[in-house]
Amino acid sequence: MSENTIVILGNGISGVTCARHIRKNNPNITITIVSAETRHFFSRTALMYIYMGHMKYEHTKPYADDFWEKNDIKLLFGWVKAIDFSNQELNFEDGEVVSYKQLVLATGSKPNMFGWPGQDLNGVQGLYSYQDLLNMEKNTQDIQHAVLVGGGLIGVEMAEMLASRKIPVTFLVREKGFWDNILPKEEAALVGRHIREHHIDLKLDTELKEIIGDEKGQVKAVKTSHGEIINCQFVGLTAGVSPNIALFKNSDLNTNRGILVDDQFRTNLPNVYAIGDCAEFNKPPGKDRKNIEQVWYTGRMHGETLAHNLTHEKKVGYTPGIWFNSAKFFDIEYQTYGHVPPTWENPTRSFYWESASGKVALRFLFDQEDRILGMNAFGWRMRHEFFDRAIKEGWKADRVIGQLDKANFNPEFHKKFYKQLLDKYNSENGTSIPLPRQSFIQKLIGSRSWNRT
Amino acid sequence: MKLLQNSGLVLFIIGLLVFTGIPFSGSYQLDRTMVRDHTKEMHQDAMLEVLEPIYEKTYASNFSFIKDFNDFFNAYNEELKEEQAWDKVIWDDYAFALTKAASSGPVEDAPLLFLALSIGLAVLGGLLYTLPLYRNKPAGIKHDGIYFSSMKARGWLGIITGTYLIVFYIILYWYPEYLTNLVIMVDPLSILLSGGPASQWFLYGLIYTLAILVMGVRMFRKYKGNNYQTIRTASVMFFQLAFAFLIPEILVLFNMPWHDFKNIWPLDYSFFYEYRIEGMVSSGALGMFMLIWGIILIVIGVPVFTYFYGKRWYCSWVCGCGGLAETVGDPYRQLSDKSLKAWQVERYLVHGVLVLAVVMTAVTITNYFMEFGMLEQATNQFHSIYGFAIGSAFAGVIGTGFYPFMGNRVWCRFGCPLAAYLGLVQRFKSRFRITTNGGQCISCGNCSTYCEMGIDVRWYAQRGQNIVRSSCVGCGVCSAVCPRGVLKLENGQEAGRINDMPIIIGNESIKVKS
Ligand SMILES: Cc1cc2nc3c(=O)[nH]c(=O)nc-3n(C[C@H](O)[C@H](O)[C@H](O)COP(=O)(O)OP(=O)(O)OC[C@H]3O[C@@H](n4cnc5c(N)ncnc54)[C@H](O)[C@@H]3O)c2cc1C
Ligand code: SF4
Ligand code: SF4
Repeated sequence: MSENTIVILGNGISGVTCARHIRKNNPNITITIVSAETRHFFSRTALMYIYMGHMKYEHTKPYADDFWEKNDIKLLFGWVKAIDFSNQELNFEDGEVVSYKQLVLATGSKPNMFGWPGQDLNGVQGLYSYQDLLNMEKNTQDIQHAVLVGGGLIGVEMAEMLASRKIPVTFLVREKGFWDNILPKEEAALVGRHIREHHIDLKLDTELKEIIGDEKGQVKAVKTSHGEIINCQFVGLTAGVSPNIALFKNSDLNTNRGILVDDQFRTNLPNVYAIGDCAEFNKPPGKDRKNIEQVWYTGRMHGETLAHNLTHEKKVGYTPGIWFNSAKFFDIEYQTYGHVPPTWENPTRSFYWESASGKVALRFLFDQEDRILGMNAFGWRMRHEFFDRAIKEGWKADRVIGQLDKANFNPEFHKKFYKQLLDKYNSENGTSIPLPRQSFIQKLIGSRSWNRT
Repeated sequence: MKLLQNSGLVLFIIGLLVFTGIPFSGSYQLDRTMVRDHTKEMHQDAMLEVLEPIYEKTYASNFSFIKDFNDFFNAYNEELKEEQAWDKVIWDDYAFALTKAASSGPVEDAPLLFLALSIGLAVLGGLLYTLPLYRNKPAGIKHDGIYFSSMKARGWLGIITGTYLIVFYIILYWYPEYLTNLVIMVDPLSILLSGGPASQWFLYGLIYTLAILVMGVRMFRKYKGNNYQTIRTASVMFFQLAFAFLIPEILVLFNMPWHDFKNIWPLDYSFFYEYRIEGMVSSGALGMFMLIWGIILIVIGVPVFTYFYGKRWYCSWVCGCGGLAETVGDPYRQLSDKSLKAWQVERYLVHGVLVLAVVMTAVTITNYFMEFGMLEQATNQFHSIYGFAIGSAFAGVIGTGFYPFMGNRVWCRFGCPLAAYLGLVQRFKSRFRITTNGGQCISCGNCSTYCEMGIDVRWYAQRGQNIVRSSCVGCGVCSAVCPRGVLKLENGQEAGRINDMPIIIGNESIKVKS
């Protein structure tokens, strides 16, 4: 049995960030990270690129393999089968026992399975872990058709992955518009069009009824809610993820959908914390925020904040700033800042602009006092710093729209849409915001960068 | 479309095979007039005598001809060296000129036909292959399957390609006499442009330029919709075609020294060599302009442009080596080594070469003004060592031959003294940086993987830090491939450019310093 001060279960972004920052703040604490997925931390968000041949697994590792030793962070590769919270011990599958003084649970998520008939057939899988990726590689060898179920971000990624191997895909999505539980109607339509542009057979408003197998237990078709039978040799289940807490189900640890924590990531048990995808706040960490945050950036911020608390006398509560997120739908990049729900009511006001090609779009939401609440950007990169500040400070609509040149983060020489957007805004709002002009010299010495002052 | 592309591939391969076979064709016969025409007067009598045994003999291949030539020539020199008759030893290399003169056969009879069948077919095939690329596909990143590709991920195709290039460079630099038929083949073109017959360098320049043009077209297809990529590719295509290829040849037509106006010392390491200086000084106003322009580029052009735009203005917009790397080399960009170790080696090597070039040039200039005193020996030694090790072996053989093994910027990264100079300016006094977009990085690794300079871009991006690195050539590919729009190449105020202790936006609990 080995003695450890801090043990972190899970080597994803949240656990690893926590470990790195503990080490930064304190050179002496012994830190051990445990995982059974991969020996070293890799970027889960890059799984798709391995399958598509853009990168190899080793490229997805954010830190070189000697980083951990250099920083004196122990890595333990093994599966924890039970945790003895009263004796403060982790029991590994291979019989090893590891004790801890403080335990950080960062076990991540697992794909949702809604008990569909046939979901355990061969060739049916979700995509979350590195093992899932290896399975997908095996399961998609020499297949003629694939079906994806559930339209979220991982679903689009899987569609893009399969398309990169020229495997025809049917994409079943329950909603009437793609990802329209998150995206407003126009954006959902934009994404839907682009998915179809990539020859994906997107079937909206369609649910999975049943997965049909052959006599060898291999998937051979699916049946949809409209009774249609679609032959396929692979089914990707991408109807969201939920916290990976099976390990704690019959323990003293309080769980709901995730591991319940307060704003300092403390669970109901002393010296046990939870961060990242697996954690569920007992109350939302901020206005318009959810109790479970399952994205990369929040995992990172949880890790940073907990590391601070574990190494400082004066504890802080987790206070996330302005929400942001991003994704990519095939070739169209998406960024969002602040709060943009799929629908809104008066007095919230929206301004939406879309390019003629239907591939570039911006949406802004303003409150009754005309202050910006949030924005969505498609195919137009925006400066995080700009919107973080504008939303935090509640900039008025005209000010935001009038300074978009400063928010622009597209590469130099990129096609400019600002004038089109301004024309639309001015004519809808009866304003006359001018297009900011650059002097010849400014043009000559190149793009301007925006500095927070 | 597939059919068109496949026939393009077939044509390219046929062209390449013909090109490779041409040196083996024809027969070789030397006579006295040829020797007289192609040797310096001081060597004529000796050469005429030395080569006596091979006159009127017909050789069926260049191998046997060159072997005999070398045997007799070397025997003559060896003897003199043994007698320590240094002043009589013939240091000039006549192998190329005489082999070229002695050659006859189908290529000499119909050079244009062979030009069409070799380089012509390869170019046509290349265009047929590249022009339809990604047709009917939406603009976006086209990296599918790169790591499954034998050509692009060090598979056997890559190894063959690299080996072919290495062998080609070795022959070109040190055994050009074996390439004489290819040079004869491009003679008509050379005469058309410069009025004189071709050298192996004309052949090389022609292939180099065509390669940049064809693969530049591929870049247009691949980066459709990314104007930064298209414009800078057009720029390197233009500079190669006009400044490195056409203008120098036309200068020769007007009895001016061959001069590439965009090549800058110390990349153009022979700029201050005696023969170059003399050539410029003795060529009237235009020659003077060459000299002054060259010096202005070094002392004003580099610092000023690099201050405003970063070294990219040269490395990925103008430079010929950069031009080849960014077009022909683009399929290999992901093969650069990103390890810390490689970065350490890079810093020693590239700055070492810069120091070497500066010292060599200092010696050369001192020697020039001391009017060839005792420094002459040292200068010549220096020139030949530098020319061999850096100018040929490093820049050529390793620089290009290693594309399929170590990525497309091996020379630019580890060897180019001008890149080192530009890099120093970029690092310490420039408005250029790659801005990291707040907290948006998801550490996916695309940027680092596709950085041809081996910069671990992600290391900076994931901690919210701007990328300010002397080696960055501003190719913009990290920005293009980033799936989250995290990276932007920009020129701006110097304040805030380097943020060593970045604060990642998004977490208000604590001020996170990465
Ligand atoms: C394909 C895909 C793409 C994504 N893309 C994005 C994106 O673009 N942007 C974004 O913001 N988010 C994205 N996400 C979500 C994001 O990756 C997650 O929110 C984040 O990785 C969660 O990190 P974590 O540290 O909480 O947990 P995880 O990264 O899941 O790490 C948990 C680790 O703990 C290990 N573990 C669990 N239980 C045990 C045990 N009992 N014993 C040993 N080890 C154990 C697991 O094996 C795993 O390695 C994506 C997710 C996926 C699957
Ligand atoms: S950092 Fe980016 S712009 Fe600079 S060389 Fe690397 S890929 Fe090109
Ligand atoms: S490509 Fe973009 S998201 Fe990926 S690691 Fe680089 S900066 Fe981060």
